[in-house]
Amino acid sequence: MKPQGIIDGGARNRRKFLADTARTACSIGIAGLALAHLVRGAQSRPANAVRPPGAGADDRFLSTCVRCGLCVNDCPYPTLRLARIEDDVAVGTPYFVARDYPCEMCDDIPCVAACPTGALDKRLTSIDDARMGLAVLTDKETCLNFLGLRCDVCYRVCPLMGKAITLEYRPNRRTGEHAAFIPTVHSDACTGCGKCEHACVLEEAAIKVLPGSIAKGRLGSHYRLGWQEKERKGEALVKGITDLPDRMPEGRP
Amino acid sequence: MSTKAYPGRDAIKAKGWFAAHRWLIIRRLSQFAFLGLFLIGPLSGYYLVKGSIASSLTFDTLPLTDPYILLQSLAAGHVPEMTALVGALIVLAAYLVVGGRVYCAWVCPVNIITDAAHWLRVRLGIQGGLKFSRSVRYWMLGMTLIIAFLTGVLAWELVNPVTLIYRGLIFGLGWAWGAALALFLFDLLISERGWCGHLCPVGAFYATLGRFSVFRVRAVYRDDCDDCMDCYAVCPEQQVIPAALKGAKQNTGPVIDAGACSNCGRCIDVCALSVFQFGSRFAGPTNPARRPPADTKLRTAA
Repeated sequence: MKPQGIIDGGARNRRKFLADTARTACSIGIAGLALAHLVRGAQSRPANAVRPPGAGADDRFLSTCVRCGLCVNDCPYPTLRLARIEDDVAVGTPYFVARDYPCEMCDDIPCVAACPTGALDKRLTSIDDARMGLAVLTDKETCLNFLGLRCDVCYRVCPLMGKAITLEYRPNRRTGEHAAFIPTVHSDACTGCGKCEHACVLEEAAIKVLPGSIAKGRLGSHYRLGWQEKERKGEALVKGITDLPDRMPEGRP
Repeated sequence: MSTKAYPGRDAIKAKGWFAAHRWLIIRRLSQFAFLGLFLIGPLSGYYLVKGSIASSLTFDTLPLTDPYILLQSLAAGHVPEMTALVGALIVLAAYLVVGGRVYCAWVCPVNIITDAAHWLRVRLGIQGGLKFSRSVRYWMLGMTLIIAFLTGVLAWELVNPVTLIYRGLIFGLGWAWGAALALFLFDLLISERGWCGHLCPVGAFYATLGRFSVFRVRAVYRDDCDDCMDCYAVCPEQQVIPAALKGAKQNTGPVIDAGACSNCGRCIDVCALSVFQFGSRFAGPTNPARRPPADTKLRTAA
């Protein structure tokens, strides 16, 4: 029997090996945590950074884009750029800022054709089906058309004029005798190209392209719109309901 | 292992300066040539090669994709399109022939940074600092793939200095020069050959390929070795040498078959006795008698 306290060479080597392995594993674990923390930062993106057509949701895009820049090379306009370290976008990924230079919506979608990994989805064959974001008229207080003027610029530059942006007629209550033509975005047609935001004549655009997830609401799946149900059935679903009294909102001038 | 500050002096005397720096010069030319091919497009507007080192398209026909970056994408849960898969297979096949870490020594721009840092470290006499095990890079490789799997994001590409610097040079540097400077200072002051020799998971990936690659450095005339130690002093991965150079007694072959060897060829350069040569892993065993007579004279001269 060996005297206590003396460890043979093999055991000592085993201990050293185990200690070294544990130390390395812990260090790498900490490095991994730091990296995972960076990922959290990269998953958020400023609202004005728009992804190229076919990019889809960001959680998918960040697993597919290898940050090669082939889409940027084949973009014929100064639209697309790759995020640099100092940008708030995941480094190396392509994006554009509509106010600087919008997507010109090329018919052959060269950026998507150039993508080697499918990060820009090749099932996107018509640029009109792209959903890079959604234009939102974010400020009704400064939009010239809301003020009753005939700016109309966002409406006129829209590549899908009359579909993605329409001008809705409203009476101008300020003058009491004129009309206001309200730019109205339709999400079933807007591609998020950003030409409206780029062209807005204000110093700070009143219409902006936002990520669809921020711009769009969603009805509860149980909602039924009475007038649609009525149309489908051809008559009222429930007969003989008395009309409720109409109330004006309080504090209305 | 003694580390000579200025290995290769005997080789310069014996073979002349150019022959003693031959592979170093060719390697630098190669590094700048790859970068040049990518830069022609943005500089002239005429694109031979589009994209960057992560994925590229040459002459609008040949797709090439970094297999390690694609592996991250796979780990993150995305099966890429054919173009990227084919591109990665071509690159994989190429490095399986020429040597896995040929990527590190002949293509990667960080090699210039790490070599410059080491050059200055030796001249300033900086010693000590953090020591890492050579195996840490494989842990790093595993970690990057696990984080990609857990987060669904190509996580390492957020910090990978190789692609960061390469992309920066082609598409606009921004603060990417900071990454280059940080690497330089890390290797200079904190850890000798720290990044490329111990930590970089890209190198670990290509080292794994290198274990099987055909083209290798061979200590063909190892019987001539006079233990001057110049090859150890110049080699960024010294641990790969002894098995091949001193393996005659153990009956191991003369091929440096460790994946960590980057086929940089500096050992070939600095050896005054021309012990090392590039060659195939599968070429027959060494035969000292085959050494050309002219070289024997060289030995006495040295």
